[in-house]
Amino acid sequence: MTMQTFKEWFFTTDHKRIGIMYLVGSMAAFVVAGLMALLIRLEQSNLGPTITDNPNEYNSWLYFHGAAMVLAFLIPGLTGFFANYFLPLMIGAQDVAFPRINAFSIWLFYGAIILAMLSFVIPDPPDVMWTGYPPYSISTTSNTAFYVFTLHLLGFSSVLGAVNFLVTVIYMRAPGMKWNQLNIFTWTTVAAFVLQLIFIPVLASAVTMLLFDKYLGTNFFNPEAGGDVLLYQNLFWFYSHPAVYVIFLPACGILFEIFATMCKNRVFNYKACVYGGIWGIVGISGFVWVHHLYVSGMPDWLRIGQMVTTLLISVPVGLLVMSMWGTLYKGAITFNTGMLYAVSCLFLVLSGGLTGIPLALTAITIHLSETSFVHAHFHFIMAMFSAFAMFAGIYYWFPKMFGRFADGPWATTGFIFNIVGVHVTFIPLFIIGVEGMPRRYWDYQMFPQFEPYHQVATVGAFMVATGMAITILNWVRAAFKGKVAPENPWKSCSMEWTHAPNCPQAGNFPNPPSVTDDWSPYGYDDREANMAATTDPGFPAQVKPAE
Amino acid sequence: MRTLLGKMSLSILGLIAAAPAFAQEDGYERDPAAGWDYLWHEIVIDITVIGIIFSIAAIWMVWKYRTKDENAVGTAPKLSKAAAIAWVLIPASLFMADDFFLSAKGWTLWNDYRRIPDEAKEIRVTAYQWYWEFDYGDEIITEELVVPKGQPIVLRMTSEDVLHSLYIPGFRVKEDVMPGRVTYVWFNPKEVGEYVHTCTEYCGTAHAEMATNVRVVEQEEYDAWFEQVKEEAKAASLNDNTQG
Ligand code: HEM
Ligand SMILES: [Cu+2]
Ligand SMILES: [Cu+2]
Repeated sequence: MTMQTFKEWFFTTDHKRIGIMYLVGSMAAFVVAGLMALLIRLEQSNLGPTITDNPNEYNSWLYFHGAAMVLAFLIPGLTGFFANYFLPLMIGAQDVAFPRINAFSIWLFYGAIILAMLSFVIPDPPDVMWTGYPPYSISTTSNTAFYVFTLHLLGFSSVLGAVNFLVTVIYMRAPGMKWNQLNIFTWTTVAAFVLQLIFIPVLASAVTMLLFDKYLGTNFFNPEAGGDVLLYQNLFWFYSHPAVYVIFLPACGILFEIFATMCKNRVFNYKACVYGGIWGIVGISGFVWVHHLYVSGMPDWLRIGQMVTTLLISVPVGLLVMSMWGTLYKGAITFNTGMLYAVSCLFLVLSGGLTGIPLALTAITIHLSETSFVHAHFHFIMAMFSAFAMFAGIYYWFPKMFGRFADGPWATTGFIFNIVGVHVTFIPLFIIGVEGMPRRYWDYQMFPQFEPYHQVATVGAFMVATGMAITILNWVRAAFKGKVAPENPWKSCSMEWTHAPNCPQAGNFPNPPSVTDDWSPYGYDDREANMAATTDPGFPAQVKPAE
Repeated sequence: MRTLLGKMSLSILGLIAAAPAFAQEDGYERDPAAGWDYLWHEIVIDITVIGIIFSIAAIWMVWKYRTKDENAVGTAPKLSKAAAIAWVLIPASLFMADDFFLSAKGWTLWNDYRRIPDEAKEIRVTAYQWYWEFDYGDEIITEELVVPKGQPIVLRMTSEDVLHSLYIPGFRVKEDVMPGRVTYVWFNPKEVGEYVHTCTEYCGTAHAEMATNVRVVEQEEYDAWFEQVKEEAKAASLNDNTQG
């Protein structure tokens, strides 16, 4: 890389380059956090010390793994990379509303990643888990400040991103584009950013109070001085439950785009999906946090009340799922690697979502809370469903970003290793979770009978590592040497395919698009009429692939 | 449409009103652990059925509508307004019916978990990084929990440092143990044996080693054990007195 290209990327304000930088940063976090996962699984594979005899070391791996996967991989991957690259293209905008603020967001994100990585070289890395509960996070001798400042940087970056994208969608849609003509992905991203905007300040104040308690001697969480031990948990989950939707919603949005294109179908019951499903989830998301405090001594009426609200999440989620399934109905389904991942997500969302139902029942969670059952539940929905949706999206939009296909035998091999590996890893954890295996355990002398299950899970983790190594190497290869893709290779009706050429330049569109009321991003039943309802793209559509 | 909506909201209100009635079934044997196993079994069936229905639908559609023709387009009809609304209300009411059904069941069991039987024996628990203390009253403090068979036990718990959580998987109970607050769990030790008791709220270095065994023994054995710890406690306090 010459100095010139380095400068071009470092100082870029182009949403697509910023998007790619988010992709690189979040994948880097994924790789490092994934290596931590391998260490964790190795340590648990045998009773007694396996690769370290120092539990503190193990605890700092766990901290890094959890915090990085959620906060530096999933959230920035979905709301940083995907939103940046594709949302402006889908709504026909030439960039985001505030390109320089967008550039500032990515610098903050890289600042956070560097800060997080520094925790490997300091002598006292944080060991407070991604949840950071006091009083432990205050009394520990490890460096809680790293945790707090990393969250501050990421939160600041996300809030700026949220404002930026909301303004972009409100003011910069192609002329004529009505709200009901938006892609589902756009809607899910808008919803995710609304959640970030409302709830991040709560998280930021919670961790700031932690900082004050630990380093400035305040007593927000210290009961001996009149503070409240549970205040932090309430604030933390008041943000972090909605945060699971910041991940879940855009992941669903990606899947809707892939299903609509690969089934050449309209989204089933679009308005129910948007207003009932997506906004229903947003509406209910602030009233369910107590399900993370079911065993924390909350008042009985709150535990019962939020059991009901938590179960009622199944209504908007159910509407979303009905629309997703309905989009396959009477489709003309063709397959590519993105579609393989997307179809696997149909099953992952079932295993992940349905195991949330027993956890929603206060009395059932009394036994399951903080066991590897919970661990498996949220890995199915986050590490598998949401991450696989991201991989699906990367394969699906690869030709758009790099003008080349990433599909092929290596892609399929990686997929098979991944899908088999995640099940080999997490099914045993479901089983021993019901039997009582606690999570966050360096060792488990009291449960020697679980050792074989841990060993199977460890084998599974290495299968995923193999699959991901193949997948990532394949992406790197394909970006430079993959088969050249024609325009709109999957024959989509969505604007990022029809109106922006592959590898769009600054400004995105040769002919900035506008649309009439008859246009739809899912107008497959009459393609000609749909194209006639918008401006000419200004470049030849669907040329034959270069052989 | 309006009447349908009216009926739906009425039936939902009715369900909400009926929930407490569900929650107070008579003649229900009050034993949280058995209740847990029973409800768990029901829920596993519930979610398995839902999972299978949706899985089969997905597999069937992906198989049935696959094509090699890249120019083919889907033929799903556009929903009429009535159909669109029906496709919201029907699934939503089905999901809600299941939700309220499970809520009612969950509430019943929850009440069993929270209502301590009158005859329960109280033992105080204090958690420290990284061990437990059990206070039987009269200054009898032990590091293991021994209880007589058939005697309901309520543990009143607090912590001297950070958060911990008392978990006895065999009795299906768990509750966080916090500084500055007292929480409780109760259980009915019905069978003699040793039960793992461990910590499930992350508390630092030796979090994974904060385990003891709960020993459930016959009444006579319990009495003997209790006499013995009493003697030991007396001896210890005598020792303390002579020294101090
Ligand atoms: C479909 C409905 C869902 C229900 C009813 C549900 C329910 C629950 C409940 C009650 C817990 C707390 C268990 C405990 O700690 O005792 C939990 C944990 C969790 N869930 Fe879900 N969940 C659902 C979907 C999701 C989704 C979509 C995501 C993320 C994309 C998610 C991510 C998580 C995470 C991260 C945790 C554990 C956090 C921790 O303790 O570190 N869940 N879920
Ligand atoms: Cu939650
Ligand atoms: Cu602990």
